[in-house]
Amino acid sequence: MHRSPLSRLPVLALALAGLVSNGRPVAAQEPAVPPPAAAPASETRIGVIYRPQPAPASYDAEAVPEDEGVAGARMAIQDNNTTGRFTKQTYALDEVALAEDGPRAADAAKGLVEKGVKYLVLALPAAEVLSVADAVKGQGAVVFNAAAPDDVLRGPECRGNVFHVVPSRAMQTDALAQFLTFMRWRKIFLIVGPNEADRLYAEAWKNTARKFALKIQAEKPWTFGPLARARGDTPTRSEAMVFTRGVDYDMAIVADEAGDWGDYVPFRTVDPRPVAGTQGLIATTWHPTLETWGAAQAQNRFRRLAGRLMRPLDYQVWASVRAVGDAATTKKTSDPAVIAPFLADPAFSLPAYKGVSLSFRPWDHQLRQPLIVVQPKAVVSIAPEQGYLHQRTPLDTLGVDLPETTCKFK
Amino acid sequence: MSRCIKAGLSAAAMAAALLAASGPVRAYTVYVSNEKGNSVSVIDAGTLAVTATWKVGRRPRGITVSRDGKELYVCASDDDRIDVLDTSSGKTLRSLRSGPDPEQFILGPEGNPLYVANEDDSQVTVIDIEKNKVLAEVPVGVEPEGMGLSPDGKVLVNTSETTNMAHFIDTKTFQVIDNVLVDARPRFAEFTSDGKLLWVSAEVGGTVSIIDVAARRVVKKISFKIPGVNDEAIQPVGIRITKDGAKAFVALGPANRIAVIDARSYEVEKYLPVGQRVWQLAFTPDQKLLFSTNGTSNDVSVVDVEAGKVVKSIPVGLLPWGVAVSPQ
Repeated sequence: MHRSPLSRLPVLALALAGLVSNGRPVAAQEPAVPPPAAAPASETRIGVIYRPQPAPASYDAEAVPEDEGVAGARMAIQDNNTTGRFTKQTYALDEVALAEDGPRAADAAKGLVEKGVKYLVLALPAAEVLSVADAVKGQGAVVFNAAAPDDVLRGPECRGNVFHVVPSRAMQTDALAQFLTFMRWRKIFLIVGPNEADRLYAEAWKNTARKFALKIQAEKPWTFGPLARARGDTPTRSEAMVFTRGVDYDMAIVADEAGDWGDYVPFRTVDPRPVAGTQGLIATTWHPTLETWGAAQAQNRFRRLAGRLMRPLDYQVWASVRAVGDAATTKKTSDPAVIAPFLADPAFSLPAYKGVSLSFRPWDHQLRQPLIVVQPKAVVSIAPEQGYLHQRTPLDTLGVDLPETTCKFK
Repeated sequence: MSRCIKAGLSAAAMAAALLAASGPVRAYTVYVSNEKGNSVSVIDAGTLAVTATWKVGRRPRGITVSRDGKELYVCASDDDRIDVLDTSSGKTLRSLRSGPDPEQFILGPEGNPLYVANEDDSQVTVIDIEKNKVLAEVPVGVEPEGMGLSPDGKVLVNTSETTNMAHFIDTKTFQVIDNVLVDARPRFAEFTSDGKLLWVSAEVGGTVSIIDVAARRVVKKISFKIPGVNDEAIQPVGIRITKDGAKAFVALGPANRIAVIDARSYEVEKYLPVGQRVWQLAFTPDQKLLFSTNGTSNDVSVVDVEAGKVVKSIPVGLLPWGVAVSPQ
């Protein structure tokens, strides 16, 4: 099956000067077939704000694609519109790619809301999620956090107008901990990178270890630089191997969210031990090897549309845009005054290729979801593991539960 | 699992007695598509043994038999075609132009045309089998799958898994005439024999919606509770309803059960333990036996419809998906 790539339309100028945008009107994204008996109806506009990754300096086998995340939005808009043909609802995407010297995320968001875009999907770090949430507060806009895993956004810094589609760090570490517990690998060796995100990821592990009674046998900082980014002609660094000596552990946990050195660790520890965390065995939302629960269809549809494999951020942005579409189908309106409370309602359920329907936790607006526990070439397990029970749903065994939440929506 | 096997074994002896007592059994033939085996397993419904395994195109899913029993149609999803097999030899005679990624299909009451759900392409393709010609392409929701046809052949229903709707299609004009919203991920649509009601399963929603066909609205929703099984594991897929409208059978996916439902009161009577990840179901034409495809355990369970018991499990190929039974 060969199909021409999605036609690119002339870039629509955004009201904001200097903003890079290629938002496209919905008509061009639809198949040529007219909707059966559908009259033109109100258009729901969804904004995606992201920052394209700079091109890699030299050859990079796994360079982050420029359209990471936003490609998922393009697929979801098509999915929403295919459904919308039957509900007389149409959807359009407003893409905002932030540039280094361009406007700030909060200003871009305000510009979109002023134009009537009431749904904003952010593929941005935590600080910018907060700045956007606060900038559009009180204007009836709904913000989706598709990229920032920070627990603080679901805790002390939670915002009532933000829905978190990306799993929190606590959910990611809980998912791996359940697998470790299932395997009875209880002794872990935590290796922590130099970045703030690495510190936060390690922090999540410490909470998780308490929750699941895992023992952190040792915690050491990674001080050897971005060795995973060094290429094959770099000899194995002996001091990096030696520093794993003398620890009694079942599994090494690497905290390297930037992906600078975590992949260097497997097969280089002194003792033969498996590696998990941000590299090795990871807990994530999406992986090219996932094919059950209809995921194969989504993988194929995405590959046809974007010309590459679907990545976790693509999936998270896709799920954000689909959440709007799914809620609008059920409520027969896309009015955010109706949709926002419905998203936090137990009746909301998003099918998203995970075998169960996903929903938002009312206490912190985190999307409950199974996580894929996966090594680079194969799905190893799905969290929650069997046997983890909960009075509401086993999904609530991952991350911060109602009794522990520190979120108070203002 | 061990419970299922034990139940299967003890029931098998009983079935043998039962089958012997009821005199000569018509030798219907059961065909099972093996999604990862790229094959069709052929089972003799009299002896309940696999008699042959036939090679077909890649990722075989939807499967059905011609009205005269002479041809078998198999969706070869990854080859974007439908294979037509000679049921006397197992040889592939020809392939139909199905459109991309055919998943499920249903045969017109006269044995032609074939209505095909193209899962990757948000459309239903209508094929004239004899001329191998596409008669129409009907745009439907995202990931179309379930296909039901009213007994008079006038109304076709397709369910779309991501749009979560049952689309009602006029088979004369090939236009969508109405859409009914159901629960998440509708997988299968089955009309009652009087054509008045339509049952639609929702895999992720965990329910079966009963739709009043004339009013085109949901009049009842059936949900399931099984002690010791997570609600999340209860994922309804295949549905079959007896011709007399008395009983319905619903395959519950990873709950590894088939629900037996009083089709008049909508009460679930019992849950039959079968193999793992049970998806599709098919009756023998006399409706004495029901076969289920159990994807993860790579077998087919045989249910005695009257007794409401699993009488045998038959190992087949890799990841059995669909099942069809010859009309003779």
